[in-house]
Amino acid sequence: MAALRQIAFYGKGGIGKSTTSQNTLAALAEMGQKILIVGCDPKADSTRLILHAKAQDTVLSLAAEAGSVEDLEIEDVLKVGYRDIRCVESGGPEPGVGCAGRGVITSINFLEENGAYDGVDYVSYDVLGDVVCGGFAMPIRENKAQEIYIVMSGEMMAMYAANNISKGILKYANSGGVRLGGLVCNERQTDKELELAEALAGKLGTKLIHFVPRDNIVQHAELRRMTVIEYAPESKQAAEYRSLAEKVHNNAGNGTIPTPITMDELEDLLMDFGIMKKEDESVIGKTAAELAA
Amino acid sequence: MSLTVDENKALIEEVLKAYPEKTAKKRAKHLGTFEDGKPDCGVKSNIKSLPGVMTIRGCAYAGSKGVVWGPIKDMIHISHGPVGCGQYSWASRRNYYIGETGIDTFGTMQFTSDFQEKDIVFGGDKKLEKIIDEIEVLFPLNKGITVQSECPIGLIGDDIEAVSKKKAKEYVGKTIVPVRCEGFRGVSQSLGHHIANDAVRDWVFDKVDPNKNAFESTPYDVAIIGDYNIGGDAWSSRILLEEMGLRVIAQWSGDGTIAELENTPKAKLNVLHCYRSMNYISRHMEEKYGIPWVEYNFFGPTMIEKSLREIASHFDDTIKANTEKVIAKYRGMVDEVIAKYKSRLEGKKVMLFVGGLRPRHVIGAYEDLGMEVVGTGYEFGHNDDYQRTTHYVKDGTLIYDDVTGYEFEKFVEKVQPDLVGSGIKEKYVFQKMGVPFRQMHSWDYSGPYHGYDGFAIFARDMDMAINSPVWGLTKAPWKKAA
Repeated sequence: MAALRQIAFYGKGGIGKSTTSQNTLAALAEMGQKILIVGCDPKADSTRLILHAKAQDTVLSLAAEAGSVEDLEIEDVLKVGYRDIRCVESGGPEPGVGCAGRGVITSINFLEENGAYDGVDYVSYDVLGDVVCGGFAMPIRENKAQEIYIVMSGEMMAMYAANNISKGILKYANSGGVRLGGLVCNERQTDKELELAEALAGKLGTKLIHFVPRDNIVQHAELRRMTVIEYAPESKQAAEYRSLAEKVHNNAGNGTIPTPITMDELEDLLMDFGIMKKEDESVIGKTAAELAA
Repeated sequence: MSLTVDENKALIEEVLKAYPEKTAKKRAKHLGTFEDGKPDCGVKSNIKSLPGVMTIRGCAYAGSKGVVWGPIKDMIHISHGPVGCGQYSWASRRNYYIGETGIDTFGTMQFTSDFQEKDIVFGGDKKLEKIIDEIEVLFPLNKGITVQSECPIGLIGDDIEAVSKKKAKEYVGKTIVPVRCEGFRGVSQSLGHHIANDAVRDWVFDKVDPNKNAFESTPYDVAIIGDYNIGGDAWSSRILLEEMGLRVIAQWSGDGTIAELENTPKAKLNVLHCYRSMNYISRHMEEKYGIPWVEYNFFGPTMIEKSLREIASHFDDTIKANTEKVIAKYRGMVDEVIAKYKSRLEGKKVMLFVGGLRPRHVIGAYEDLGMEVVGTGYEFGHNDDYQRTTHYVKDGTLIYDDVTGYEFEKFVEKVQPDLVGSGIKEKYVFQKMGVPFRQMHSWDYSGPYHGYDGFAIFARDMDMAINSPVWGLTKAPWKKAA
């Protein structure tokens, strides 16, 4: 058996990380790979399309009920879904209280210690939004995910997040050996999106491994709590995800140490593509009324 | 004799050689020599300790829970967070108190929320509510609760203020005080004192119903501020004030109660012993309630007499006359103590390193016994402490702020004092070096040292440390065999 591949999907909130990752992983499962998904988002919706349901029993909710995480058995939290993909949700506190980051650390340690990774080819971490604190960087630390795939789009803030995540990867690249596997652009139909995504990938010292076109069939599948791979295996979109899965698989654990850029460089990039106008210093800090005058 | 300014300079330079350049440069600013006529001791203070050194400092939680709030005996102080901080601050700093522990007083008991992983992840507010409920059931005679925040409380953003307000309402007007004294705040325990003082202002003074406690004022009402009653210090101070004809309406906070805190704004004068830990609330009471405050020093007869007269100057002639009577009354006893010990202690050199007020306050007591303090420093003093120190120290006194373990050892090795006065962490280092030592935080399980009664005990203890025959049986490693 080949060495365990530990991968993680990061990206701006709402960019389609969970959808992209679950479809890709479903396609990898089709290729015969044994997969474990670790959802690292307090919303616990990283495995919904594989399980056809929102995971109710998260590691942390069960641990809180039982007293502590030491009181749990791996079977309590491990659910099996489409093509035997194993699913675990870390879970976490309701918004506004406690420390979700610590929750991620707690659950991942629990999973490792209890042999959740035994006998799988891939462990995939699905991590919420930005790398806001040390807890959410847990999956990219030593002996965790080795390849990071950043899901982004041609939107300014998604690119900003991708750059930020690269900074997080850079921080741990030397100590733990984590690498950036590449960018995945989830099409938002913004201007010159493909070119922009490729340019950003170049700046970050990586490549755009796949451009996932926008297709409403994804929405149809989501409504049925299914991946496109399962819902419409013959569709064009399913083929796109298969292609992405192929590329991830063929990447064979390689990647680069990202070269994150400054905010100014990022804005310059957008200007180069004509997305953002050259900053007009005279309008800064002026209200609409003042500008009209 | 203390070393000369130049000798001190050479000594400091030699000690600094052990450090990397950057560290040496920073530490150099904290080490110096007092020179006559200077407005302060020439050292920087209240700055973050350097990584890699052994600092003697504590944290903000220690300043609030351990110093200011902990001794309030009829309140329950919850160490809110994981168990360690509570475990290691269990009991007290020997803040003596009267009462039935576990019934109406709680000083030596320890309450903690014992945070577990799930409390960090899901937040600890619900647990805090439950603890308050349990306290109300198990200890119904408690007069209030404080929540002493440990580091994680600030990190995970628990809303302890909301819980305190909610529970105060539920238990009809109960005093519940949330204290944001997370250990990572500030550079030492000093910020914890300040935060704790502010909590008294915001959660006791500003919330108390002025008619809550029936209180008949007299013109002679004073509050003792900043005496933690270590080994009974506040008691041996209080009797002197009472003999002067004053009425002590509150002790902050040794053997103190929440009712005393609440009544303090009715005092005519606040008498302040530990300036560092309670000047904040004294200034506040001056601004808000117009209560003057005066610093005093009850270590050794010289300073006691000076302080008694200073305090009396705020009152009428009756009090002033009483004060002279008090001084006269104890004169004979003081003379006896000095006659007994001075010949045994005369000329002995002392080096100190302590906390809030003692690095300067105890100097007079040593001098009353013919001893000389040749080096002193504060764990967490500010510049105003070092300014006040100038009134006590002699020209050429070695000054070391936030001294490191290494520096202190080297200084003692070189200066070879006859006595070192510091804390438990330092005690055995110096005793093993063959240097007599007294703990000057806890009085080495003795005390009180305040007041005339305290002076007699102080003199006996210093004599016992210095003149113990044991020192004739040991040789300090750096001393040549006789």
